[in-house]
Amino acid sequence: MEQFIQQLVNGISLGSIYALIALGYTMVYGIVKLINFAHGDVFMVGAFIGFYSITILDLGFFPALLISMAACAIFGVLIERIAYKPLRNATRIAALITAIGVSLFIEYGTIYIRGAQPEAYPNGIVPLKSLEIFGVKISGQSILILAVSIFLMIVLQFIVHKTKIGKAMRAVSHDMDAAKLMGINVNNTISATFAIGSALAGAAGVVFGMYYTKIEPLMGIIPGLKAFVAAVLGGIGIIPGAMAGGLLLGVIEALVSATGGSLWRDAVAFIVLILILIFRPAGLFGKNVREKV
Amino acid sequence: MRKKKLAGIFMSLMVAAGVMAGCNSSSTGGEEDKGGTIKIGANLELSGGVASYGQSIKEGIDLALEEINKEGIDGKKLKLVPFDNKSEAPESINGATKLISQDKVVAIIGAATSGNTKAQIEIAQSNSVPLLTPTGTADDVTVKDGKLNDFVFRTCFIDPFQGTVAANFASKDLKAKTAAVFIDSASDYSKGLAASFKELFEKKGGKIVIQEAYVAKDTDFHAQLTNIKGKNPDFIFVPGYYEEVGLIVKQARELGIDVPMMGADGWDSPKLIELAGKDALNNTYITNHYSSGDSDKKVQDFVKAFKAKYKDKSPDAFNALGYDSAYFIADAIKRAGSGDSKKIQKALAETDGLELVTGKMKLDKNHNPIKSAVILEYKNGEQTFKTKVSPE
Repeated sequence: MEQFIQQLVNGISLGSIYALIALGYTMVYGIVKLINFAHGDVFMVGAFIGFYSITILDLGFFPALLISMAACAIFGVLIERIAYKPLRNATRIAALITAIGVSLFIEYGTIYIRGAQPEAYPNGIVPLKSLEIFGVKISGQSILILAVSIFLMIVLQFIVHKTKIGKAMRAVSHDMDAAKLMGINVNNTISATFAIGSALAGAAGVVFGMYYTKIEPLMGIIPGLKAFVAAVLGGIGIIPGAMAGGLLLGVIEALVSATGGSLWRDAVAFIVLILILIFRPAGLFGKNVREKV
Repeated sequence: MRKKKLAGIFMSLMVAAGVMAGCNSSSTGGEEDKGGTIKIGANLELSGGVASYGQSIKEGIDLALEEINKEGIDGKKLKLVPFDNKSEAPESINGATKLISQDKVVAIIGAATSGNTKAQIEIAQSNSVPLLTPTGTADDVTVKDGKLNDFVFRTCFIDPFQGTVAANFASKDLKAKTAAVFIDSASDYSKGLAASFKELFEKKGGKIVIQEAYVAKDTDFHAQLTNIKGKNPDFIFVPGYYEEVGLIVKQARELGIDVPMMGADGWDSPKLIELAGKDALNNTYITNHYSSGDSDKKVQDFVKAFKAKYKDKSPDAFNALGYDSAYFIADAIKRAGSGDSKKIQKALAETDGLELVTGKMKLDKNHNPIKSAVILEYKNGEQTFKTKVSPE
């Protein structure tokens, strides 16, 4: 039983990182119907910015987190403006392939700039003690990951539902042309979506680095794909769906490993994707919407 | 176009002729030089990707030959003919051909990596010239498809041996009754070590309570480690490479696993300390070929001599194995009584009880050394010499 709860805690920590990344996927998809494959690499860039803020600028965890989020927000907007905006009226497959190109460009650009060798986050940036509840050891970092994730998700919900820009986002995602007619600046709204999504990925990067220590230029690929699965699992385009999908995927992975299938972990994540696509194509939180003809 | 093609054919003919000529002229094997010197080739990675290995080995060989030549072997001196294989297999082949046919060496030391050593096997075998790799640890260097490469030798022990040493240490020194094994399922190195560890640990009455696996490049090991924690082993064997091991050790300590953990030379990197953190690494051990902290007189004499020659540089395992390789060959030449390659081969194979810096050397029937390994303990992020474990 203790072990089961411990595995659950492991899964939730991992899942909240997936959820943070998945939010960016889902928001961008919701608004421009683009699967932004470069999102996993924004996550990687965030991890490196956090790392350099901590080691070179000698900052603490929270300032590093904020710097990384800000830098990633700008980075995300740049990607959108340079790579995706010119293709907004092109076919969706063209935009998708561009996204893959951007992803490879960021990965190998990073390797070109700093080399492929991994870097280690310094230990003890977070002076949190671990908790022990009923024999279950929860490290301070796990708690912090969860706290940061939940806090950011609440902020996101607030932005989307209570602010003007959030209202604009919802309007644009509902019907871009109608929103334009209502006087909403669609370009700025899309940029804001990329900024927020990328900032969350940056935060996930720093949290990941702190939790798992090792960061490297290709670290974004697998978490990026997993987060994509999480977004589809919850219903792509739906914000609460991404959170639930991320947490669920993390827990599924941990439980698969717990039952002795640690080598099957990644396979199971993608089997989940296939099953969802077969049985509930709109995701757990999705409603079946009839395509407009 | 046509011209180019012709030129290409001509070129390949030339190369083929060159190689064949090389084989023919040297079919008699190495010869003794008239002037009282015996030539030994060194086909090493002096530049290229793993240049640091080759250079370290050469430093060791140079020091050893300097010492050996003070007295000489039966009045003869040993002369080293170095060749830089640029860390490439094709260059290694060229090097072996040149050393044997042109320089007429009696034996070749090299290369540092198993791959570059394997490239030379064919030439060494067909010319009957002994080939001695200081650091090629792969199984199939000395044995290919169940057949012994009788002219190929090595100074280092092979990978699975470290698993046996770890099992010995765990059951004897740490008094572990139960152990967990956590392997990288993508690596032959890891699987080989784990298999030999399990075999001996169980033979010694221990019990493997759980075996878990990961794949190289994984970053999250919490789930597997939680499973391991649930079984409460006395000892955890993690024969992986430092990139993953660093994270495994860190996450294990975070989950409250404080039993000793152990690995092999794959852990040996400064990056490990960065990844795992100094505190997490306490109570972890690795096996290695040699340690400069070994209090053995032979080792200390070597460290002193090495520091005197190379500006206070502390010798590493590559230096030590290079040094030992030279002594290994010198000993065989002495017992062979001449610079005849075939006699040297026989003497090398019969080596038994030769005292070297990296342990007392005896060869098994597959030309793999049976000798002691050192165990190092991490204390506050520093490797410290713990003990020396002999096989069996």
